Amino acid sequence: MNERKPVGQENAMEAAATRKKATNKPAKLGRDVQARLGQQLRAMYDEVVNQGVPDRFNDLLDRLDNNGSKDGH
Amino acid sequence: MAMDESVRKAILGAVPSLRAFAISLCGNVDRADDLVQETLLRALANIDSFQPGTNMSAWLFTILRNHFRSEYRKRRREVEDSDGHYAETLKSQPEQYGQVEYREFREALSQLPQDQREALILVGASGFSYEEAANICGCAVGTIKSRVNRARTRLAELMHVNSAEDFGPDETVRAVLASGE
Repeated sequence: MNERKPVGQENAMEAAATRKKATNKPAKLGRDVQARLGQQLRAMYDEVVNQGVPDRFNDLLDRLDNNGSKDGH
Repeated sequence: MAMDESVRKAILGAVPSLRAFAISLCGNVDRADDLVQETLLRALANIDSFQPGTNMSAWLFTILRNHFRSEYRKRRREVEDSDGHYAETLKSQPEQYGQVEYREFREALSQLPQDQREALILVGASGFSYEEAANICGCAVGTIKSRVNRARTRLAELMHVNSAEDFGPDETVRAVLASGE
């Protein structure tokens, strides 16, 4: 019971893919394109996110925090 | 004011994403870091206006965006001259993407109108809901949806992409890899 697809289904899917490629009309964006653009956008964004927190921001908060403490609040 | 530890954590936790957003706005990593720093100073100076229990990250994004709009936009020509700068900030491109495609994508993104680009990034990369993105940008939810749609359509046009097949011959392999994450 590892393969329950009707035998003809794969061929039908291939045929559909071929038809799609052949017409290639500029219709509204398909989900595949949207997903692809989304992947690239996140890849670009995450490249920066993965750099973590630069020291200057930790230092900045330390400095502000110490100033605040000295003020006695 | 001694900083509340939870506030400090929330602020630092938002910094990586704030930087990524700032770089996408001003196209230059040094200026982006200055923008983030000014954002944090403003946020802490106005921390009393932050409502505990609400989204700290969204609050910081709002401050950053407003500050960018009011200060940095004056230098419009510099700001628009951002092509390629994003690339310089990145030590390496993500390995799973073709170099040409990745460069084309960045170039296409830099050509989007500012409104569309920021909406797309907030929703598509920063992970905000349409509602949150609308709050950050001070506009209606429908406006954000429309901007995101137009941004996607325009990106595909600029990259001459009609279907995922157009992304390259190894798209199928990439899709399989991506779906296995």
